[in-house]
Amino acid sequence: MSEPLIVAEQLIKRFGEFTAVDGIDVQVEKGEAFGFLGPNGAGKSSTMRMIACVSPITAGRLRVFGLDPATQGADIRRRIGVVPQLDTLDVELSVQENLWLYGRFFDLPRPEAKRRSAELLEFAQLTDRATSVVESLSGGMKRRLSIARSLINEPELLLLDEPTTGLDPQARHVLWDRLYRLKQQGVTLVLTTHYMDEAEQLCDRLVVMDQGKIVAEGSPRSLIGQYATREVLELRFAADGNAAAAPQLEGIGERQELLPDRVLIYADDGEHALTETHHRGLQPESALVRRASLEDVFLLLTGRTLVD
Amino acid sequence: MAAMGTPGALRVASWHLTAFRRFWRLNLLSSLVQPLLYLLGLGVGVGSLVDRNTGSGQLLGSASYVAFVAPGLLVTTAMALTAGESMWPVMGSLTWQRGYHGIAATSLEARDIVFGHGTWMMVRSGIAATAVAIVLACFRETRSWGLLPGILAAIAVGVSFAMPIMAFSINVKLDGAFAGLQRFLIIPLFLFGGAFYPISQLPTVVQWVARLFPLWHGVVMARDFSVGDVDWAGVVGHTAYIAAWVVAGTWIAIIRLRKRLYP
Repeated sequence: MSEPLIVAEQLIKRFGEFTAVDGIDVQVEKGEAFGFLGPNGAGKSSTMRMIACVSPITAGRLRVFGLDPATQGADIRRRIGVVPQLDTLDVELSVQENLWLYGRFFDLPRPEAKRRSAELLEFAQLTDRATSVVESLSGGMKRRLSIARSLINEPELLLLDEPTTGLDPQARHVLWDRLYRLKQQGVTLVLTTHYMDEAEQLCDRLVVMDQGKIVAEGSPRSLIGQYATREVLELRFAADGNAAAAPQLEGIGERQELLPDRVLIYADDGEHALTETHHRGLQPESALVRRASLEDVFLLLTGRTLVD
Repeated sequence: MAAMGTPGALRVASWHLTAFRRFWRLNLLSSLVQPLLYLLGLGVGVGSLVDRNTGSGQLLGSASYVAFVAPGLLVTTAMALTAGESMWPVMGSLTWQRGYHGIAATSLEARDIVFGHGTWMMVRSGIAATAVAIVLACFRETRSWGLLPGILAAIAVGVSFAMPIMAFSINVKLDGAFAGLQRFLIIPLFLFGGAFYPISQLPTVVQWVARLFPLWHGVVMARDFSVGDVDWAGVVGHTAYIAAWVVAGTWIAIIRLRKRLYP
């Protein structure tokens, strides 16, 4: 029975009067892909920074690899890789120089740093850009380089703070693929995101955070099963028609949610709910039946959508 | 644990070196051209007036005005260089490019970044002062073995400005503060710090301000070496005073950087 890689008990982070993380309990097992999901300001990044040993905890208990970040920060950091929300690459240097230098920070001998850099360039699909100056790379390439760089010390734990924010869909898929491979290799992944699809794609288990607290925990599927129906019917009515239509939809499906731009009907059979809607003489401008997602879970738990 | 293998400061310094290698030609050129211009403009131009004035040689304590100014140039060059290198680059490594944050996520710490900066500033001061010394060695009037210890004085002064200014730059929010620092500290010290005339020519209050900062102490030492009239007790005193600036600046920089990187 091995000890969990990360143990947080009643973890709190305050900045002056403001409480960013408000007493969370988290355990991450070795080899797991674990996600912190939540809107901006939920406390995800503050939690990540405490785990990365670059932000002292205010109260509670935190152990990473069984070590205490307060006294053994450098020893923990030696064994983790960090992909921060904002890139910290040296944009004036070349792609490979960035990797070499980062290897030097971890005190890798020069030949070893070069050997690993070559491998990581291959992994990040950047081999043909090895001598390019970082400034000239696309956003997706920079992100891949950040990930490659975070792997130079062969970390047992990789922390990724919003790894795909601001990337186009293709770039995101390439990145997900790379992260999936790392997981296959046994690297423990901990990531934050406010993208539902990302959490569903990558995470074995996740916690939903809101205002510094954990509001739900489980696998993506179990959370959806627990907090949402199998399907969701999205109806859009003509301007201002959503609020007017809502009372007439009463009783269809298990539950309704009125949003500014649409009405959501939670039902195990979305098509059936749509037929029922038509039976009642309602004519939505558009109707869409989709599988329930983590977004719905979040909406239910907090009454708000995730982004913004 | 941190003491295993290469010291952290050297790992950080090698990061600076890699970045520097891209621009070293331009850098070296500017640290050569500027002192050469001052040497010609002041040394030859002003010097021809000064040297004609009876009694000035006695006051300056050197054969000619050019010989008087030369060690001053050696030391002010180091000051100007490290002051600038400890402003925008330090702020940039925290706010724009965030290189310090990248380092802070590794097994290195704030202390390594500060010592690394200090080490690198010694190297840079050494390169710049050596370049100036080479220029000075080309002219008969400014040629002397005293230029060699003069380079050491320049390095000491370079680091003594680098560390306190680094400490200042760590918490700077707007880079306009640096223009102020240049205008109200570095340029006045350049003009009133004893590089171009003995500070005994200044009002007493200004003399004490000049003595407060490490520049004057370095200039006096470098000049004594180049003139060949060394007061060893003075050298010890000046060196200790400069070292106090280095230690204080380094200490404050570490505390402030730690707070900034690990909030």
